[in-house]
This record gives sequence, structure tokens and C-alpha cells, in this order.
Amino acid sequence: MNTLIDSFYAAVGLIAAGESRLAGIVLLSLRVSLSAVGIAALFGLPLGALLAVGRFPGRQVLLVVIDGFMGLPSVVVGLLVYLLLSRAGPLGPLGILFTPAAMIVAQTILITPLIAALARQIVADAWAEYHEQLRSLGAGPWRASLTLLWDTRFSLFTALLAGFGRAAAEVGAVMIVGGNIDGVTRVMTTTIALETSKGDLPLALALGLVLIALIMAVNIAAHLTRHWAIRRYG
Amino acid sequence: MSPLRRTLLAGIAALSLATAPALAEDKFIVVSSTTSTEQSGLFGYLLPIFEKKTGIKVRVVALGTGQALDMARRGDADVVFVHDKAAEEKFVAEGFGVERKEVMYNDFVLIGPKADPARIAGGKDILEGLKKIEAAKAPFVSRGDKSGTHAAELRYWKAAGIDLDQAKGPWYRDTGSGMGPALNTAASMNAYILADRGTWLSFKNRGELAIAVEGDQRLFNQYGVMLVNPAKHPHVKKDLGQQFIDWVLSAEGQQAIAGYKIDGQQLFFPNAKR
Amino acid sequence: MMNGERKVFPLELADVCFASGGQRIIENVSLAIDGGVRTVILGANGAGKSVLMRLMHGLLTPTSGEIRWCGRSERAAAQAMVFQRPIMLRTTVIGNVAYGLKLAGVGKEERLARAAAALDRVGLAHIAKRPARVLSGGEQQRVALARAWALEPLVLFLDEPTASIDPGGAQKVERIIGKIAAGGCKIVMTTHNLGQARRLADEIIFLHRGRVAEYSPASVFFAGPRSPEAVSFMKGELP
Repeated sequence: MNTLIDSFYAAVGLIAAGESRLAGIVLLSLRVSLSAVGIAALFGLPLGALLAVGRFPGRQVLLVVIDGFMGLPSVVVGLLVYLLLSRAGPLGPLGILFTPAAMIVAQTILITPLIAALARQIVADAWAEYHEQLRSLGAGPWRASLTLLWDTRFSLFTALLAGFGRAAAEVGAVMIVGGNIDGVTRVMTTTIALETSKGDLPLALALGLVLIALIMAVNIAAHLTRHWAIRRYG
Repeated sequence: MSPLRRTLLAGIAALSLATAPALAEDKFIVVSSTTSTEQSGLFGYLLPIFEKKTGIKVRVVALGTGQALDMARRGDADVVFVHDKAAEEKFVAEGFGVERKEVMYNDFVLIGPKADPARIAGGKDILEGLKKIEAAKAPFVSRGDKSGTHAAELRYWKAAGIDLDQAKGPWYRDTGSGMGPALNTAASMNAYILADRGTWLSFKNRGELAIAVEGDQRLFNQYGVMLVNPAKHPHVKKDLGQQFIDWVLSAEGQQAIAGYKIDGQQLFFPNAKR
Repeated sequence: MMNGERKVFPLELADVCFASGGQRIIENVSLAIDGGVRTVILGANGAGKSVLMRLMHGLLTPTSGEIRWCGRSERAAAQAMVFQRPIMLRTTVIGNVAYGLKLAGVGKEERLARAAAALDRVGLAHIAKRPARVLSGGEQQRVALARAWALEPLVLFLDEPTASIDPGGAQKVERIIGKIAAGGCKIVMTTHNLGQARRLADEIIFLHRGRVAEYSPASVFFAGPRSPEAVSFMKGELP
């Protein structure tokens, strides 16, 4: 219990001091996870929409695969991306191992299935409501996908926030492909892991509290967005 | 564009600007090293001095010795800085390393619970200490991760005449983890554990643990540094890497190593051959 | 303002059947429907009116049989449909009306102008910028009509368009349907409301259990239906 109380005070102290290393770590975490969400959205949203609206051979298989990959263990993704990006691997010449770029790649791979699966569900529900009218007006599957993606934008935003939460909270992938290099690839979760392994539990917990606060803020943003959208647009 | 969208875009733009360091133009090398050098804080002290002098940033990826060498074999590091002479010599013999140079040493200490079930506290003989632990079947935590410390531990058991495969039992806990996590585990289990002095001194979660055996000559732990062979991996930054190695072996670098202290205690002892 | 000289009528159904999930919903329907008159498909709940309409509009494909527009088997362009529950996108009223035009490739300025004109014709110009989904059912249905009307269709299908609306709103909708018809657009509508059929129909297709029981001009039908099923329906004995 003492450790918890110590940590709480340590956390407040850290944040109040606006310690620049902490700020750097937090900003890097945000940059990596937000970039991952952005890229994952670019791939995952259209993929989810097409799975919801389209009918093509292999669709069922793809559905099962994506739903399954929602729960990919982050450490496995990290290992696979490491093998890809290592100098000994196929993408070695890119030279991005142990840089934030590698971390973004790993987290993008991790959360794209999640975003695609959530988008599929959201768009499928909207498609069920709209499909006759959209087809009557002459919309083909591509056009309908775009219309539905825009129409469900608020629910999709919530799905993106879920993806962000998953990315910001994971440690397995970024640890392996980033190397936890001080000042370069050290993010909140890997710092927590490091401080824990150094036995500095109050500091680790303090960082943990900051991370939890961040994720909580993101979730509150999600709730408020949904509320506002329903009131405004019905 | 709705005001919400505008704010979001502005926020993301600001974030990107704020956090994008001028990485592309920096000179840097990747050094694979061990958790003991990283977690003891040595690199945190040493590298800024080197960087200030040469403008070269050193990016340390801290793993166990075995992993660090494997990473270098794959070409993912420019320089290796570890503490397992046999493994290092093999690395050079295989052609992955250019030359092995000795840099510094520290020592291992045998840590144990203050309650001391094996009755070894205050001892000066590591082999005797291990024999008594095995005889008492007192809980012992091993790193089990092919690290330099793990390799040393296995050598001591062998030298003490104990065949681990036979003697292993519930008392011997192989955790497969780094020094810090293994110490955490030992602290919560009240177990004996072999650690390097540097990590021990900077470790904060000691619980009921204290040093049980120290000072044995055999506990001497030598660190070596090697440039990854550009013949095997042409992309290795051999000039920058060599600058780092030369500096660490130079009078200035050696003095810096000696200058690193925790609570007034020196952790690492420079011993590069001139 | 009609679209050129394209002939789409008569709309012919030749021995059309539709089955789904093992159930036969439409059985051997053969019809020839001409332009110009307002056709109402009447029948009890479950008779298959909605399915028949969707087959005509092309949303469903017949299990057997053929559908031809003026002898051609490809789906006629310039059709529109309004559904029982109006489907509104999460955008403004005018955005919804302009959406159909956007799909048809109309440029931005022209489609906003045409959308505004259509809204004016249905009496909703004053709420063009409101989010469409917060409107009442009746208002939403009028927006749906404006959306269809803005496309200048040759045929307008309506599936129970007032079933989910209050009487005041229903009246407005009926008046708009009348105006659309007056502009030269063919109306095909389903309803189970006898009063509405009397008010709006020029001819009646009476559907019973997926078959056409009777097809005659409205005056003839309402004077005295010939089929026993239609007689029962008029007496209120069918649901």
C-alpha cells in the first residue's frame, strides 16, 4: 500500500515539475500511437466497409481471419516485425529497426485488424438500415462504402480511439522493434517496464498513472463525441 | 470543414512538429550491450561525454549478452559491449567481430536473504557458498537467459562440482529474465541470486536481501568491446564505431569509466591494455 | 423537363416468381403496366406487395420469369423509390436531397440548385440546413420525396409511404404525390389503406398470396370487385 501512495505523490510531482524527459517520453508515445492509428485507419476503415458491403469470393475467410487477428499478442507482432526489419531480414536495407518508424509499423500491424473488424460491424449495421435506399439511388458497393464511412463517422471515431488505446497500452511490440533506446525509442510503456526491472517501483507506477490518465482522457473524449453527435445529428 | 475537424488536424500537426527530432541528419551508432551496463546507469553517465566530444550519438539496445551477440550477428548493431569472454572470442572466431578488446571489469556478488538459510553470509568463497546453498536446497534464482551473468553462474556451479541437471529441484528457479526482474523475483521469494555489483547498487527494491558473499577473485567480471565486422555486414558504421571503441579504450574514456560512482562507490574498473 | 424521348413503358412482368428461404412469395405474376396512370397495388398484409414492388424496381431478382421495360431486359434508368420508413443520411436536409444527384454525377452548383427547388416544391425550403435525422417522420418522408423528385424520374415507386406517419403528414405526402404525377411521372404505389387507394389510384392491382387476383381501373374495382378475395378484403375480412 505504501508503494501505491508513494507512487501517487511521485506521479503528481513528476507531472508538476513538467520534467522534460517525461514530456519527451509522453510526446513520443503519442506520436507513435497516433501515427499508427492514422495509418491503420487508412487501411482498416475501407477494408471494414468493403467487408460489410461487398460480396466476393473469400469474404467469409477474410472475416474470420480479421476477427481472429483482433487479439494478436503484441509480442508476437513485435517478433515478426523484428525479423522483417532486421538487417538479416527482407526489409533490412530500409534501416528503420530501432527507430520510431519501426514502432509505428509494428503498432499499425497490431491495430489494423481491430479497426477493420470494428468498422465492419459499424458499417454493416448502417448498411442494413440504408442498403435498399442507397441501391435504389444507384450506389454501387464502392460508392456505398464511402457514403457509409462518412455517415458513421462518429461511431468510427470511437473505433479509432479504441485502436489508440490498444496501441498506447502495449509494450511487447515496441520493446522488441524499438529497443527501448534512451531518448530515441523509449515510450511510456517501455519506460515503465524498465523502471520496474530496476526495482524503482514508485517511478514505474507514477508513469503508469500518467499513462492511465491519458487513456482515460481518450475514452472520455470518445463518450463525449458520441453524446454530442447523437444530439446534433440524430 | 467543421470546427471539430479543424481542431483535430491542427492538434495532429502540432504534435508531429513537436516531436519530430532532426533524426535524419544526426551521426549515430547502435551499440548492443547488456542490461547490467544499462541499468547500472553507466551509459547514462558515459555517453553524453563521448557525444559532446565527437558529436556522435550512441544508441544502446540493452539485452542479455547472448541476445546482444545474436543481434550483432544479424547485423543490427555496429558495436558490441558485453561481458562473456568465451562467447566474445567465439563471436570473433566466427568472423562476426573484428577484434576483442578488454575495457573494464566489475565484480559479481552473491546476494541472499538476511535470514540466510544456507549460512553463508560474510563468506569470501563463491564455490563454498554455492555448495552450501545446494546442500541446504535454499531457494536460488537464476537468470537463465544466456547473459554474461548467467554464463558466469553456470561456470561457478560447474567449478563447485555440482551437476545442475542432477541437482536441480524446486529450490532452483530459472526465471529467464534480465538482472532487474530476476532481482525483483529474488526479493519477493527471499532467494539467493548472483548479480553484478553495478546493478545491485542501483537496485531499489531490495526487500530483505543483502550481499552474502563477495571479494572472491573468481567473481571478477570482464567486459569486452568489439566492432561488428564490416566484411560480413557492409552497412556497419565502421568509422563511427571505431571512434567509439578508441575513445572507450583511451585514457579519457577509461578515466570517465572510473569516474562513475553510486553513493561514492565506484562500480566499474577500467583495465584496457595499452 | 422530362428526360428526352426515352421510352420505358410498358413495364412487363412475364410469369415472375420469387421464393426466399423456401417460401414462395410471388407466384406466376404476369402484368403489363403502362405509363401515365397512377397504379396502386392493393392487398392484405403479407400478400407480397412490397416484394412485388422491389422486383419491379430491380432491388430483387426474380427466381424465375422476366421483367422487361419497353421490351428491353435491362433495368430502366430514371426510376426512384420511396420507402415506408424514410432513410435519412447523417447530414443536412439539402445534403440528403442533393445526394441522389451527386450519385448521378451532377455538378455541385447545379445539384444544390435542383435540390433547393425540390425542397421548395415540398414546402421544406425553410429547413434546408437542419440535420435531417432530427425531423419528424412526416417531414422526413417529404425530404425523401424531394430527393426522388429532384432526380426527375420517369417512374416513382412508393412502398406504403404514409404507413408510419401521422394523418396530417400523410395528407401532405399525398398532395405531393399528386403533384409529382401531374408532372408526367408514373406512380406505382403499394398501400393497405383503402381510403388512400380510393383517393389516389387510377388503376388497381389486387394481390392475394403472391398472385394477381384482379387488375382493373379504379372506378371499376371500387364499384364492385370481381374476385372473392378482393370482396373479402373490401369488407374488412382480410388483415
